[in-house]
Amino acid sequence: MLRKLALAAVLGGLAELAASPAAADSKSLTMCWAAWDPANALVELDKDFTKETGIEMKHEFVPWTSYADHFINLLNSRSAECDLIIGDSQWIGGAAENKWYVKLNDFFDKNHISMDTFLPATVIGYAEWPKDTPNYWGLPAMADAVGWTYRKDWFAKPDLRAEFKAKYNRELEPPKTWDELIEVSKFFTGKEIDGKKVYGSYIFTERGSEGITMGVTNAMYNYGFEYMDPKAPYHMEGFVNSDGAIKGLDTYKELFNCCQPKGLTNAYMQEGLDAFKSGEVAMQMNWYAFFPGLFKDPNVGGDKIGFFANPAGPTGQFTQLGGQGLSVVAASKNVDDALLYVKWFAQGAVQQKWTDLGGASASKAVLESDAYKKSAPYAPSFVASMGNVKDFWAEPLYVPLLLDMQNRVHDYVVANKGTSKQALDALVKDWIKVFKREGKAAS
Amino acid sequence: MSGMDNISAFAGRPANEAPTLRVGRGAGLSDRSVVWLFIAPTMILLLAINVFPLIWAIRLSFTGFMANLPSPAGFIGIDNYTDILTDEDVWAHFQATAHFVLWTIALQVIVGLGLALLINQKFRGHSFWTTLILLPMMLSPAVVGNFWTLLLQPQIGPFNYFVSFFTGVAPSSFTMIGSVDLAPWTIVMVNTWMWAPYVMLICLAGLRSIPDYIYEAAEVDRASSLRQFWSITLPMVTPFLMLAVLFQAIQSFEMFDLVNLLTSGGPGSTTELVSITLKREAFEKWNTGYASALAVILFVTVFGAANIYVKALNRVKQA
Repeated sequence: MLRKLALAAVLGGLAELAASPAAADSKSLTMCWAAWDPANALVELDKDFTKETGIEMKHEFVPWTSYADHFINLLNSRSAECDLIIGDSQWIGGAAENKWYVKLNDFFDKNHISMDTFLPATVIGYAEWPKDTPNYWGLPAMADAVGWTYRKDWFAKPDLRAEFKAKYNRELEPPKTWDELIEVSKFFTGKEIDGKKVYGSYIFTERGSEGITMGVTNAMYNYGFEYMDPKAPYHMEGFVNSDGAIKGLDTYKELFNCCQPKGLTNAYMQEGLDAFKSGEVAMQMNWYAFFPGLFKDPNVGGDKIGFFANPAGPTGQFTQLGGQGLSVVAASKNVDDALLYVKWFAQGAVQQKWTDLGGASASKAVLESDAYKKSAPYAPSFVASMGNVKDFWAEPLYVPLLLDMQNRVHDYVVANKGTSKQALDALVKDWIKVFKREGKAAS
Repeated sequence: MSGMDNISAFAGRPANEAPTLRVGRGAGLSDRSVVWLFIAPTMILLLAINVFPLIWAIRLSFTGFMANLPSPAGFIGIDNYTDILTDEDVWAHFQATAHFVLWTIALQVIVGLGLALLINQKFRGHSFWTTLILLPMMLSPAVVGNFWTLLLQPQIGPFNYFVSFFTGVAPSSFTMIGSVDLAPWTIVMVNTWMWAPYVMLICLAGLRSIPDYIYEAAEVDRASSLRQFWSITLPMVTPFLMLAVLFQAIQSFEMFDLVNLLTSGGPGSTTELVSITLKREAFEKWNTGYASALAVILFVTVFGAANIYVKALNRVKQA
């Protein structure tokens, strides 16, 4: 009897499977990205796409620490694991030249998708290769830049404000320049607040992937660092290691030495969030993508948190660009469906909902609206920051370029090896070697 | 005629001829063929996953090949080798590796032998303590790396509080893995913590193989405990100890996982061992040709050193 019942159950199950339309001709797309807060918003958003088209959305999210390694290996091996990918801005050169991504110009023209509807910096950063040419390999998907958070409640403490005023003869406010940032950071470092010894500021120091480079450039850009001579491509001598760049690097090191919590010598996004949430630091450098989550944090969010754009330096106010573009993987077996997704994602209403859910649209209509600027305290400084972003190299060989900078900067800032000039001179030599390998005349 | 002669005569074979197992002609396989049949899978696997990649890596080491680019591997002679051997940074990484290997081995031998001598005594709870001491080597390096990263965290990690308790230094005033001076010693300490029990096990095997009567004879001769240790224990354990040193030296030389998790080679490049450099060149920068050359240099170094050592070990055994 028992055997008969088991047989009936198995046959019933098989019949169910055969009858299911999903088993017969279900369509699905796999979206690949990093595992972080905005990815959860994307999962929510994609439910609408499935509702409208019947195409199921699968998601493969990889931690930031292995995000680049993992997906670049997949793309390089022509894997069809991802149909759509939200890839880092630095990948665009390699992806275009190695044909990892589908070129989208014809598709955009045919579907009346205009790049003019997106913030210019995001189009250059996430879609174009070669840069500043109308060759599109992605749709701006997740606008992001480096910004700062601060403990508004600590800055409002009357005794601290009075002490600061007496010491520096100005009000204790969020810093507008890197000099002020160092001053305020030094002021807070060692203070006992809420029964705990605190530090002035948290900055990126991670060595293995991109962390310290994504941090230090925020100081170096504003002191005069340039990747190359704007008039002579790949001429780096005197630009990468200019006096201004050297000063910028020294400024970052000074901030690290004076005011970084002990032990955070190999720390990136998560460590910064932890330090801020645990009340260890007064100010924190991090990506804007995390700020909606921090604003909602029950312990340090709401009235306790404030936001400010990366402070200016002697030569201007720039910020490191983050964020990613949405691209169709050339090796995908579902390119048509993937393009359908891109078309759907580019719609104004979807872009608005994407931002409302916790993503960050790069659409001008969304970001430049008054409604967005008033939507959250970090919104005005985010919009301002997106107007003055700079990005790291996006060359096909960006990885060795990035790792060279990671090594040189970490060696100097964290390990006290040599001088800032020696570090940047060595970096120029490293980069020349890489570009020569790429067949480019670098100097 | 003996019984054996009878059997040989019955089998139609002279008595002094060694019996051979013969498979019937129908099977068509000689003894030698059967032997080859059995070892062939292993040999093929060995050739496919060890010998072939080695030859391939040697070939690539003379090219500028980059695995992430579609361009073919162009022959560049010994440029990769010249670049490596004239690069100050690479030498610094070799120095960091030498520091790590030498200190790790020294400490593992001292701690391992010490623990083995203790565990060799008969005392209450002997089995419990043995198991407890062996626990670290049973853990995955990934677990050990993450576990110690947490222990060494200056703000919340108990290690700093432990040091603070004995020295009076504020716990959050120093960082073990973030300090240029302390980080190289930290990786030595953690690796010793993990692998000294392994050395202990091997030494214990050596200690247990020493016959009791030697000690009894020494007692009769009124030799002191110290004298017994220097004249009996140490010489008889030395071959085992040298074997442990060989295993651990090779293991430390190719150490990657634990150090990568603890420091990622930092701060700066203070703890960047050659294996970490190799991984970064091969799988992050995609300098496949360069990484192959570095791997060949590393292989020759370890293989050469191990050979010299094995010869020394044999000499000790013969002595």
